[in-house]
Amino acid sequence: MKVIYILWLRQLKRYLRSKARMIGSLGQPLLFLLALGFGFGPIYQKAGEGSYLQFLGPGVIAMAIIFTAIFTGIEIIWDRQFGFLKETLVAPASRFQIMIGRTMGGATVATLQGIIVFLMTLVVGFRPTDLLLLPLALVFMILIALVFTAFGTAIATMLQDMQAFPIIMNFLIMPIFFLSGALFPLESFPAPIVTATRLNPLVYGVDGLRGALIQGAHLGLLTDFIVLSLITLGLLALGSYLFSKIEV
Amino acid sequence: MIKVDSLTKKFGDFIAVDNISFNVNKGDIFAFLGPNGAGKTTTIKMLTTLLLPTSGKISVNGHNPLTHQDAVRHSFGIVFQDPSLDDELTAWENMEFHGVLYGVAKKIRRQRIEEMLKFVELWDRKDELVKKFSGGMKRRLEIARGLIHHPQILFLDEPTLGLDPQTRNHIWNYIKDLNQKEGMTVFFTTHYMEEADRAAKKVAVIDHGKIIILGTPSELKQKTGKESLEDAFLALTGRTIREEEVGATQRLRDHRRAWRH
Repeated sequence: MKVIYILWLRQLKRYLRSKARMIGSLGQPLLFLLALGFGFGPIYQKAGEGSYLQFLGPGVIAMAIIFTAIFTGIEIIWDRQFGFLKETLVAPASRFQIMIGRTMGGATVATLQGIIVFLMTLVVGFRPTDLLLLPLALVFMILIALVFTAFGTAIATMLQDMQAFPIIMNFLIMPIFFLSGALFPLESFPAPIVTATRLNPLVYGVDGLRGALIQGAHLGLLTDFIVLSLITLGLLALGSYLFSKIEV
Repeated sequence: MIKVDSLTKKFGDFIAVDNISFNVNKGDIFAFLGPNGAGKTTTIKMLTTLLLPTSGKISVNGHNPLTHQDAVRHSFGIVFQDPSLDDELTAWENMEFHGVLYGVAKKIRRQRIEEMLKFVELWDRKDELVKKFSGGMKRRLEIARGLIHHPQILFLDEPTLGLDPQTRNHIWNYIKDLNQKEGMTVFFTTHYMEEADRAAKKVAVIDHGKIIILGTPSELKQKTGKESLEDAFLALTGRTIREEEVGATQRLRDHRRAWRH
Protein backbone atom coordinates (compact mmCIF):
# COMPACT_ATOMS: atom_id res chain seq x y z
CA MET A 1 0.00 0.00 0.00
CA LYS A 2 2.78 2.38 0.99
CA VAL A 3 4.58 1.77 -2.28
CA ILE A 4 1.44 2.70 -4.22
CA TYR A 5 0.98 5.78 -2.06
CA ILE A 6 4.54 7.08 -2.53
CA LEU A 7 4.39 6.59 -6.31
CA TRP A 8 1.04 8.39 -6.38
CA LEU A 9 2.41 11.20 -4.25
CA ARG A 10 5.42 11.64 -6.52
CA GLN A 11 3.26 12.18 -9.61
CA LEU A 12 1.01 14.60 -7.78
CA LYS A 13 3.96 16.64 -6.49
CA ARG A 14 5.51 16.82 -9.93
CA TYR A 15 2.20 18.04 -11.34
CA LEU A 16 1.62 20.69 -8.70
CA ARG A 17 5.18 21.95 -9.16
CA SER A 18 5.07 22.45 -12.89
CA LYS A 19 2.60 25.28 -13.26
CA ALA A 20 3.63 25.80 -16.88
CA ARG A 21 2.54 22.30 -17.82
CA MET A 22 -0.71 22.67 -15.92
CA ILE A 23 -1.62 25.90 -17.72
CA GLY A 24 -0.23 24.74 -21.06
CA SER A 25 -2.39 21.66 -21.16
CA LEU A 26 -5.50 23.78 -20.54
CA GLY A 27 -4.88 25.75 -23.73
CA GLN A 28 -5.97 23.05 -26.15
CA PRO A 29 -9.36 22.25 -24.58
CA LEU A 30 -10.04 25.96 -24.16
CA LEU A 31 -9.30 26.56 -27.84
CA PHE A 32 -11.61 23.73 -28.89
CA LEU A 33 -14.31 24.96 -26.56
CA LEU A 34 -14.24 28.54 -27.84
CA ALA A 35 -13.42 28.03 -31.51
CA LEU A 36 -15.65 25.02 -32.13
CA GLY A 37 -18.29 25.93 -29.57
CA PHE A 38 -18.94 29.34 -31.00
CA GLY A 39 -17.94 28.46 -34.56
CA PHE A 40 -20.22 25.48 -35.04
CA GLY A 41 -22.89 26.56 -32.57
CA PRO A 42 -25.19 28.37 -35.05
CA ILE A 43 -24.93 25.61 -37.69
CA TYR A 44 -25.71 22.93 -35.13
CA GLN A 45 -28.73 24.89 -34.01
CA LYS A 46 -29.96 25.43 -37.56
CA ALA A 47 -29.77 21.69 -38.11
CA GLY A 48 -32.29 21.38 -35.30
CA GLU A 49 -29.95 19.68 -32.80
CA GLY A 50 -30.15 22.32 -30.06
CA SER A 51 -27.16 23.81 -28.26
CA TYR A 52 -23.76 22.65 -29.56
CA LEU A 53 -22.05 23.91 -26.42
CA GLN A 54 -24.14 21.49 -24.36
CA PHE A 55 -23.05 18.68 -26.67
CA LEU A 56 -19.40 19.76 -26.79
CA GLY A 57 -18.90 20.38 -23.05
CA PRO A 58 -18.50 16.72 -21.97
CA GLY A 59 -16.37 16.08 -25.09
CA VAL A 60 -13.89 18.81 -24.21
CA ILE A 61 -13.67 17.60 -20.61
CA ALA A 62 -12.94 14.10 -21.90
CA MET A 63 -10.32 15.59 -24.23
CA ALA A 64 -8.48 17.35 -21.40
CA ILE A 65 -8.46 14.10 -19.42
CA ILE A 66 -7.26 11.78 -22.19
CA PHE A 67 -4.39 14.02 -23.29
CA THR A 68 -3.16 14.66 -19.75
CA ALA A 69 -3.53 10.97 -18.93
CA ILE A 70 -1.54 9.81 -21.95
CA PHE A 71 1.17 12.38 -21.23
CA THR A 72 1.59 11.39 -17.59
CA GLY A 73 1.60 7.74 -18.60
CA ILE A 74 4.26 8.35 -21.19
CA GLU A 75 6.41 10.15 -18.60
CA ILE A 76 8.12 6.81 -18.03
CA ILE A 77 10.18 7.57 -21.12
CA TRP A 78 11.54 10.68 -19.38
CA ASP A 79 12.23 8.62 -16.29
CA ARG A 80 14.15 6.22 -18.47
CA GLN A 81 16.21 8.97 -20.07
CA PHE A 82 16.93 10.76 -16.80
CA GLY A 83 17.82 7.46 -15.15
CA PHE A 84 15.15 7.51 -12.46
CA LEU A 85 13.44 4.44 -13.93
CA LYS A 86 16.34 2.24 -12.76
CA GLU A 87 15.72 3.34 -9.19
CA THR A 88 12.15 2.03 -9.44
CA LEU A 89 13.11 -1.13 -11.32
CA VAL A 90 15.65 -2.47 -8.82
CA ALA A 91 13.32 -1.82 -5.88
CA PRO A 92 11.92 -4.88 -4.11
CA ALA A 93 8.33 -3.93 -4.93
CA SER A 94 5.96 -5.93 -7.13
CA ARG A 95 5.58 -4.66 -10.68
CA PHE A 96 1.80 -4.67 -10.23
CA GLN A 97 2.09 -2.27 -7.29
CA ILE A 98 4.39 -0.03 -9.31
CA MET A 99 1.95 -0.04 -12.20
CA ILE A 100 -1.02 0.74 -9.94
CA GLY A 101 0.83 3.53 -8.12
CA ARG A 102 1.93 5.20 -11.33
CA THR A 103 -1.49 4.83 -12.94
CA MET A 104 -3.32 6.21 -9.93
CA GLY A 105 -0.93 9.16 -9.75
CA GLY A 106 -1.34 10.00 -13.42
CA ALA A 107 -5.09 9.46 -13.28
CA THR A 108 -5.42 11.82 -10.32
CA VAL A 109 -3.55 14.50 -12.24
CA ALA A 110 -5.70 13.93 -15.34
CA THR A 111 -8.92 14.04 -13.30
CA LEU A 112 -7.84 17.33 -11.72
CA GLN A 113 -7.27 18.77 -15.20
CA GLY A 114 -10.72 17.49 -16.17
CA ILE A 115 -12.31 19.25 -13.19
CA ILE A 116 -10.58 22.52 -14.10
CA VAL A 117 -11.85 22.23 -17.68
CA PHE A 118 -15.34 21.41 -16.37
CA LEU A 119 -15.26 24.69 -14.41
CA MET A 120 -14.11 26.47 -17.58
CA THR A 121 -17.07 25.09 -19.54
CA LEU A 122 -19.39 26.48 -16.86
CA VAL A 123 -17.89 29.92 -17.38
CA VAL A 124 -18.43 29.69 -21.14
CA GLY A 125 -22.08 28.74 -20.67
CA PHE A 126 -22.29 24.94 -20.36
CA ARG A 127 -24.99 23.82 -17.90
CA PRO A 128 -25.28 20.27 -16.51
CA THR A 129 -28.93 19.23 -16.54
CA ASP A 130 -28.97 17.47 -13.17
CA LEU A 131 -26.62 18.53 -10.38
CA LEU A 132 -27.36 15.34 -8.45
CA LEU A 133 -25.62 13.37 -11.19
CA LEU A 134 -22.35 15.32 -10.82
CA PRO A 135 -20.73 12.63 -8.62
CA LEU A 136 -21.47 10.16 -11.41
CA ALA A 137 -19.77 12.49 -13.87
CA LEU A 138 -16.72 12.44 -11.58
CA VAL A 139 -16.76 8.64 -11.60
CA PHE A 140 -16.60 8.64 -15.39
CA MET A 141 -13.86 11.25 -15.40
CA ILE A 142 -11.79 9.04 -13.10
CA LEU A 143 -12.47 5.98 -15.27
CA ILE A 144 -11.37 7.76 -18.47
CA ALA A 145 -8.27 8.98 -16.64
CA LEU A 146 -7.43 5.47 -15.39
CA VAL A 147 -7.88 3.81 -18.78
CA PHE A 148 -5.67 6.25 -20.64
CA THR A 149 -2.95 6.62 -18.01
CA ALA A 150 -2.60 2.84 -17.96
CA PHE A 151 -2.67 2.88 -21.76
CA GLY A 152 0.06 5.55 -21.98
CA THR A 153 2.17 3.74 -19.40
CA ALA A 154 1.85 0.42 -21.22
CA ILE A 155 2.94 2.04 -24.50
CA ALA A 156 5.82 3.86 -22.84
CA THR A 157 7.28 0.65 -21.42
CA MET A 158 7.93 -0.46 -24.99
CA LEU A 159 9.67 2.75 -26.13
CA GLN A 160 13.29 3.78 -25.69
CA ASP A 161 12.95 7.50 -26.32
CA MET A 162 10.56 10.22 -27.44
CA GLN A 163 11.26 9.73 -31.15
CA ALA A 164 8.28 7.46 -31.66
CA PHE A 165 5.98 9.83 -29.83
CA PRO A 166 4.61 11.69 -32.91
CA ILE A 167 3.70 8.36 -34.48
CA ILE A 168 1.73 7.36 -31.42
CA MET A 169 0.10 10.77 -31.26
CA ASN A 170 -0.98 10.86 -34.91
CA PHE A 171 -1.86 7.23 -35.51
CA LEU A 172 -3.28 6.26 -32.16
CA ILE A 173 -4.32 9.12 -29.91
CA MET A 174 -5.78 11.46 -32.53
CA PRO A 175 -7.98 8.78 -34.17
CA ILE A 176 -9.12 7.65 -30.72
CA PHE A 177 -10.06 11.21 -29.89
CA PHE A 178 -11.72 12.19 -33.18
CA LEU A 179 -13.68 8.94 -33.43
CA SER A 180 -14.94 9.06 -29.87
CA GLY A 181 -18.03 11.22 -30.33
CA ALA A 182 -16.43 14.00 -28.30
CA LEU A 183 -16.78 16.65 -31.01
CA PHE A 184 -19.65 15.37 -33.18
CA PRO A 185 -22.26 12.60 -32.99
CA LEU A 186 -21.06 9.30 -34.43
CA GLU A 187 -24.53 8.10 -35.45
CA SER A 188 -24.38 9.87 -38.82
CA PHE A 189 -21.33 7.82 -39.85
CA PRO A 190 -21.75 4.74 -42.11
CA ALA A 191 -22.83 1.71 -40.10
CA PRO A 192 -19.51 -0.23 -40.35
CA ILE A 193 -17.60 2.74 -38.93
CA VAL A 194 -20.09 3.12 -36.09
CA THR A 195 -19.56 -0.55 -35.26
CA ALA A 196 -15.79 -0.09 -35.42
CA THR A 197 -15.92 2.82 -32.99
CA ARG A 198 -17.37 0.43 -30.41
CA LEU A 199 -13.80 -0.83 -30.01
CA ASN A 200 -12.66 2.63 -28.96
CA PRO A 201 -12.57 2.90 -25.15
CA LEU A 202 -13.05 6.66 -25.28
CA VAL A 203 -16.47 6.18 -26.92
CA TYR A 204 -17.69 4.70 -23.62
CA GLY A 205 -15.99 7.43 -21.62
CA VAL A 206 -17.55 10.26 -23.61
CA ASP A 207 -20.93 8.51 -23.63
CA GLY A 208 -20.86 8.00 -19.87
CA LEU A 209 -19.78 11.56 -19.22
CA ARG A 210 -22.46 12.91 -21.54
CA GLY A 211 -25.01 10.67 -19.86
CA ALA A 212 -24.11 11.99 -16.42
CA LEU A 213 -23.92 15.65 -17.42
CA ILE A 214 -26.72 16.15 -19.96
CA GLN A 215 -28.57 12.81 -19.90
CA GLY A 216 -27.39 12.10 -23.42
CA ALA A 217 -26.04 8.55 -23.16
CA HIS A 218 -26.63 6.24 -26.14
CA LEU A 219 -25.02 3.08 -24.91
CA GLY A 220 -26.31 3.12 -21.36
CA LEU A 221 -24.44 4.26 -18.26
CA LEU A 222 -24.11 0.77 -16.85
CA THR A 223 -22.59 -0.56 -20.08
CA ASP A 224 -20.17 2.39 -20.15
CA PHE A 225 -19.18 1.80 -16.54
CA ILE A 226 -18.61 -1.94 -16.95
CA VAL A 227 -16.67 -1.62 -20.21
CA LEU A 228 -14.37 1.09 -18.84
CA SER A 229 -13.72 -0.82 -15.60
CA LEU A 230 -12.84 -3.99 -17.46
CA ILE A 231 -10.49 -2.16 -19.82
CA THR A 232 -8.77 -0.52 -16.83
CA LEU A 233 -8.15 -3.88 -15.18
CA GLY A 234 -6.94 -5.41 -18.44
CA LEU A 235 -4.52 -2.56 -19.10
CA LEU A 236 -3.18 -2.66 -15.53
CA ALA A 237 -2.42 -6.35 -15.92
CA LEU A 238 -0.84 -5.83 -19.33
CA GLY A 239 1.13 -2.84 -18.06
CA SER A 240 2.62 -4.70 -15.10
CA TYR A 241 3.59 -7.57 -17.39
CA LEU A 242 5.32 -5.15 -19.79
CA PHE A 243 6.91 -3.40 -16.82
CA SER A 244 8.48 -6.65 -15.65
CA LYS A 245 10.02 -7.05 -19.11
CA ILE A 246 11.79 -3.67 -19.19
CA GLU A 247 15.57 -3.87 -19.53
CA VAL A 248 17.70 -0.80 -19.00
CA MET B 1 27.32 -14.41 -1.69
CA ILE B 2 27.60 -13.78 -5.42
CA LYS B 3 28.33 -16.67 -7.77
CA VAL B 4 28.82 -16.11 -11.46
CA ASP B 5 29.40 -19.01 -13.83
CA SER B 6 30.28 -18.59 -17.55
CA LEU B 7 28.20 -15.44 -17.83
CA THR B 8 27.87 -13.99 -21.34
CA LYS B 9 25.97 -10.99 -22.69
CA LYS B 10 25.72 -10.20 -26.38
CA PHE B 11 24.12 -7.17 -28.02
CA GLY B 12 23.67 -8.37 -31.58
CA ASP B 13 27.16 -9.34 -32.75
CA PHE B 14 28.87 -7.37 -30.05
CA ILE B 15 29.96 -9.40 -27.02
CA ALA B 16 29.88 -7.08 -24.01
CA VAL B 17 30.58 -9.76 -21.40
CA ASP B 18 32.42 -12.87 -22.55
CA ASN B 19 32.12 -16.07 -20.52
CA ILE B 20 33.16 -14.74 -17.10
CA SER B 21 33.13 -16.64 -13.81
CA PHE B 22 33.87 -15.46 -10.28
CA ASN B 23 32.72 -15.73 -6.67
CA VAL B 24 32.36 -13.06 -4.02
CA ASN B 25 32.38 -14.32 -0.44
CA LYS B 26 30.06 -13.01 2.23
CA GLY B 27 31.46 -9.94 3.98
CA ASP B 28 34.09 -9.26 1.33
CA ILE B 29 34.81 -5.97 -0.35
CA PHE B 30 35.25 -6.88 -4.00
CA ALA B 31 36.63 -4.49 -6.62
CA PHE B 32 35.67 -4.99 -10.25
CA LEU B 33 38.17 -3.04 -12.33
CA GLY B 34 38.55 -2.41 -16.03
CA PRO B 35 38.93 0.29 -18.68
CA ASN B 36 35.92 2.10 -20.10
CA GLY B 37 33.59 -0.22 -21.99
CA ALA B 38 35.16 -3.37 -20.55
CA GLY B 39 31.79 -4.76 -19.43
CA LYS B 40 31.67 -3.69 -15.78
CA THR B 41 28.31 -1.94 -15.82
CA THR B 42 26.75 -4.60 -18.05
CA THR B 43 27.79 -7.23 -15.49
CA ILE B 44 26.33 -5.21 -12.62
CA LYS B 45 23.09 -4.78 -14.55
CA MET B 46 22.79 -8.54 -14.99
CA LEU B 47 23.48 -9.12 -11.29
CA THR B 48 20.82 -6.59 -10.30
CA THR B 49 17.94 -7.85 -12.54
CA LEU B 50 18.13 -4.89 -14.94
CA LEU B 51 19.39 -6.91 -17.88
CA LEU B 52 18.91 -10.53 -18.97
CA PRO B 53 22.07 -12.55 -19.63
CA THR B 54 22.54 -14.25 -23.00
CA SER B 55 23.87 -17.34 -21.25
CA GLY B 56 25.49 -18.45 -18.00
CA LYS B 57 24.45 -18.79 -14.38
CA ILE B 58 24.16 -16.18 -11.64
CA SER B 59 23.36 -16.56 -7.99
CA VAL B 60 22.94 -13.53 -5.74
CA ASN B 61 22.49 -14.33 -2.05
CA GLY B 62 21.49 -17.83 -3.13
CA HIS B 63 18.80 -16.62 -5.56
CA ASN B 64 18.65 -16.61 -9.33
CA PRO B 65 18.01 -13.09 -10.76
CA LEU B 66 16.20 -14.68 -13.71
CA THR B 67 13.60 -16.62 -11.80
CA HIS B 68 13.54 -15.08 -8.31
CA GLN B 69 13.86 -11.40 -9.07
CA ASP B 70 12.05 -10.31 -5.95
CA ALA B 71 14.27 -12.29 -3.59
CA VAL B 72 17.35 -10.90 -5.35
CA ARG B 73 16.00 -7.35 -5.17
CA HIS B 74 15.44 -7.78 -1.45
CA SER B 75 19.12 -8.68 -1.03
CA PHE B 76 20.94 -5.72 -2.52
CA GLY B 77 21.25 -1.96 -2.66
CA ILE B 78 22.89 -0.08 -5.49
CA VAL B 79 24.48 3.25 -6.35
CA PHE B 80 24.36 3.63 -10.11
CA GLN B 81 27.11 5.00 -12.29
CA ASP B 82 24.85 7.50 -14.06
CA PRO B 83 22.32 9.76 -12.38
CA SER B 84 19.07 8.21 -11.17
CA LEU B 85 17.56 10.96 -9.02
CA ASP B 86 14.24 12.67 -9.64
CA ASP B 87 15.19 16.28 -10.39
CA GLU B 88 11.69 17.55 -9.71
CA LEU B 89 11.72 16.32 -6.13
CA THR B 90 13.68 17.69 -3.19
CA ALA B 91 16.67 15.89 -1.69
CA TRP B 92 14.57 14.75 1.25
CA GLU B 93 11.74 13.53 -0.99
CA ASN B 94 14.16 11.47 -3.05
CA MET B 95 15.41 9.85 0.15
CA GLU B 96 11.89 9.25 1.48
CA PHE B 97 10.78 7.75 -1.85
CA HIS B 98 13.67 5.31 -1.75
CA GLY B 99 13.09 4.39 1.89
CA VAL B 100 9.40 3.66 1.35
CA LEU B 101 10.08 1.72 -1.85
CA TYR B 102 12.49 -0.50 0.07
CA GLY B 103 10.06 -0.97 2.93
CA VAL B 104 12.22 0.65 5.63
CA ALA B 105 10.04 1.23 8.71
CA LYS B 106 9.13 4.86 9.30
CA LYS B 107 11.12 5.42 12.50
CA ILE B 108 14.35 3.94 11.15
CA ARG B 109 13.73 5.59 7.79
CA ARG B 110 13.44 9.12 9.19
CA GLN B 111 16.43 8.53 11.44
CA ARG B 112 18.62 7.18 8.62
CA ILE B 113 17.59 9.92 6.19
CA GLU B 114 18.66 12.55 8.69
CA GLU B 115 21.85 10.67 9.52
CA MET B 116 22.81 10.15 5.87
CA LEU B 117 21.94 13.67 4.71
CA LYS B 118 24.01 15.07 7.57
CA PHE B 119 26.79 12.65 6.67
CA VAL B 120 27.04 13.93 3.07
CA GLU B 121 26.48 17.49 4.31
CA LEU B 122 23.21 18.09 2.51
CA TRP B 123 20.96 18.29 5.55
CA ASP B 124 20.57 22.07 5.44
CA ARG B 125 19.61 21.83 1.75
CA LYS B 126 17.21 18.93 2.15
CA ASP B 127 14.18 20.92 0.99
CA GLU B 128 15.74 22.16 -2.23
CA LEU B 129 14.84 20.65 -5.57
CA VAL B 130 17.54 18.32 -6.85
CA LYS B 131 17.67 20.10 -10.21
CA LYS B 132 19.32 23.03 -8.43
CA PHE B 133 22.15 20.84 -7.14
CA SER B 134 25.68 20.71 -8.60
CA GLY B 135 27.09 17.47 -10.00
CA GLY B 136 29.02 16.68 -6.82
CA MET B 137 26.00 17.30 -4.62
CA LYS B 138 23.86 14.99 -6.74
CA ARG B 139 26.51 12.32 -6.51
CA ARG B 140 26.64 12.64 -2.72
CA LEU B 141 22.86 12.44 -2.55
CA GLU B 142 22.85 9.26 -4.66
CA ILE B 143 25.32 7.63 -2.30
CA ALA B 144 23.36 8.77 0.75
CA ARG B 145 20.20 7.36 -0.80
CA GLY B 146 21.85 4.01 -1.50
CA LEU B 147 22.73 3.69 2.19
CA ILE B 148 19.26 4.33 3.71
CA HIS B 149 18.52 0.66 3.86
CA HIS B 150 21.35 -1.60 4.91
CA PRO B 151 21.29 -4.39 2.35
CA GLN B 152 23.21 -7.64 2.52
CA ILE B 153 25.02 -6.76 -0.70
CA LEU B 154 25.88 -3.25 -1.78
CA PHE B 155 26.69 -2.55 -5.44
CA LEU B 156 28.62 0.63 -6.11
CA ASP B 157 29.20 1.49 -9.78
CA GLU B 158 31.93 4.15 -9.81
CA PRO B 159 30.44 5.71 -6.68
CA THR B 160 33.08 8.35 -6.11
CA LEU B 161 33.32 9.62 -9.70
CA GLY B 162 33.73 13.38 -9.69
CA LEU B 163 34.09 13.73 -5.92
CA ASP B 164 36.99 15.46 -4.19
CA PRO B 165 39.49 13.38 -2.15
CA GLN B 166 37.99 14.58 1.16
CA THR B 167 34.52 13.36 0.27
CA ARG B 168 35.86 10.12 -1.22
CA ASN B 169 37.74 9.32 1.95
CA HIS B 170 34.80 10.22 4.11
CA ILE B 171 32.48 7.95 2.14
CA TRP B 172 34.88 5.03 1.99
CA ASN B 173 35.41 5.14 5.74
CA TYR B 174 31.66 4.88 6.20
CA ILE B 175 31.35 1.97 3.77
CA LYS B 176 34.26 0.07 5.37
CA ASP B 177 32.65 0.65 8.74
CA LEU B 178 29.36 -0.79 7.53
CA ASN B 179 31.21 -3.73 6.04
CA GLN B 180 32.88 -4.49 9.37
CA LYS B 181 29.94 -3.81 11.68
CA GLU B 182 27.16 -5.40 9.66
CA GLY B 183 29.12 -7.82 7.52
CA MET B 184 27.76 -6.16 4.39
CA THR B 185 29.21 -7.53 1.17
CA VAL B 186 30.41 -4.74 -1.11
CA PHE B 187 30.86 -5.07 -4.88
CA PHE B 188 32.26 -1.96 -6.52
CA THR B 189 33.83 -0.58 -9.67
CA THR B 190 36.15 2.41 -9.81
CA HIS B 191 38.80 4.08 -11.92
CA TYR B 192 40.69 5.21 -8.82
CA MET B 193 43.17 2.37 -8.30
CA GLU B 194 44.34 3.53 -4.89
CA GLU B 195 40.71 3.26 -3.74
CA ALA B 196 40.63 -0.39 -4.80
CA ASP B 197 44.05 -0.97 -3.25
CA ARG B 198 42.99 0.43 0.09
CA ALA B 199 39.45 -0.94 0.37
CA ALA B 200 39.25 -4.18 -1.58
CA LYS B 201 40.01 -7.60 -0.23
CA LYS B 202 39.79 -9.09 -3.70
CA VAL B 203 40.13 -7.59 -7.15
CA ALA B 204 39.03 -8.77 -10.58
CA VAL B 205 40.28 -7.05 -13.71
CA ILE B 206 38.02 -7.25 -16.74
CA ASP B 207 38.93 -6.16 -20.26
CA HIS B 208 37.10 -6.68 -23.56
CA GLY B 209 34.42 -8.56 -21.64
CA LYS B 210 36.84 -11.13 -20.18
CA ILE B 211 38.26 -11.41 -16.69
CA ILE B 212 42.03 -11.37 -17.11
CA ILE B 213 43.08 -11.75 -13.49
CA LEU B 214 41.55 -12.36 -10.08
CA GLY B 215 43.20 -12.05 -6.67
CA THR B 216 44.11 -9.83 -3.74
CA PRO B 217 45.67 -6.44 -4.55
CA SER B 218 49.08 -7.67 -3.33
CA GLU B 219 48.85 -10.80 -5.48
CA LEU B 220 48.18 -8.64 -8.51
CA LYS B 221 51.18 -6.46 -7.75
CA GLN B 222 53.33 -9.52 -7.17
CA LYS B 223 52.31 -11.25 -10.38
CA THR B 224 53.00 -8.16 -12.49
CA GLY B 225 56.07 -7.16 -10.48
CA LYS B 226 54.78 -3.61 -10.00
CA GLU B 227 54.79 -1.37 -6.96
CA SER B 228 51.28 0.05 -7.20
CA LEU B 229 47.94 -1.34 -8.28
CA GLU B 230 47.70 1.38 -10.92
CA ASP B 231 50.93 0.18 -12.56
CA ALA B 232 49.77 -3.41 -12.29
CA PHE B 233 46.48 -2.43 -13.91
CA LEU B 234 48.27 -0.68 -16.78
CA ALA B 235 50.59 -3.63 -17.27
CA LEU B 236 47.57 -5.93 -17.52
CA THR B 237 45.31 -3.86 -19.73
CA GLY B 238 47.82 -1.92 -21.82
CA ARG B 239 48.20 1.80 -22.29
CA THR B 240 45.96 2.36 -25.30
CA ILE B 241 43.06 4.67 -24.67
CA ARG B 242 39.82 2.85 -25.36
CA GLU B 243 38.35 4.90 -28.12
CA GLU B 244 37.04 1.85 -29.91
CA GLU B 245 35.27 0.86 -26.73
CA VAL B 246 33.33 4.08 -26.73
CA GLY B 247 32.40 3.18 -30.29
CA ALA B 248 31.32 -0.21 -29.05
CA THR B 249 29.05 1.31 -26.44
CA GLN B 250 27.52 3.47 -29.11
CA ARG B 251 27.12 0.47 -31.37
CA LEU B 252 25.40 -1.34 -28.57
CA ARG B 253 22.97 1.53 -28.14
CA ASP B 254 22.28 1.66 -31.86
CA HIS B 255 21.68 -2.07 -31.88
CA ARG B 256 19.17 -1.90 -29.11
CA ARG B 257 17.39 1.04 -30.67
CA ALA B 258 17.15 -0.68 -34.04
CA TRP B 259 15.95 -3.83 -32.36
CA ARG B 260 13.30 -2.09 -30.31
CA HIS B 261 11.58 -0.24 -33.13
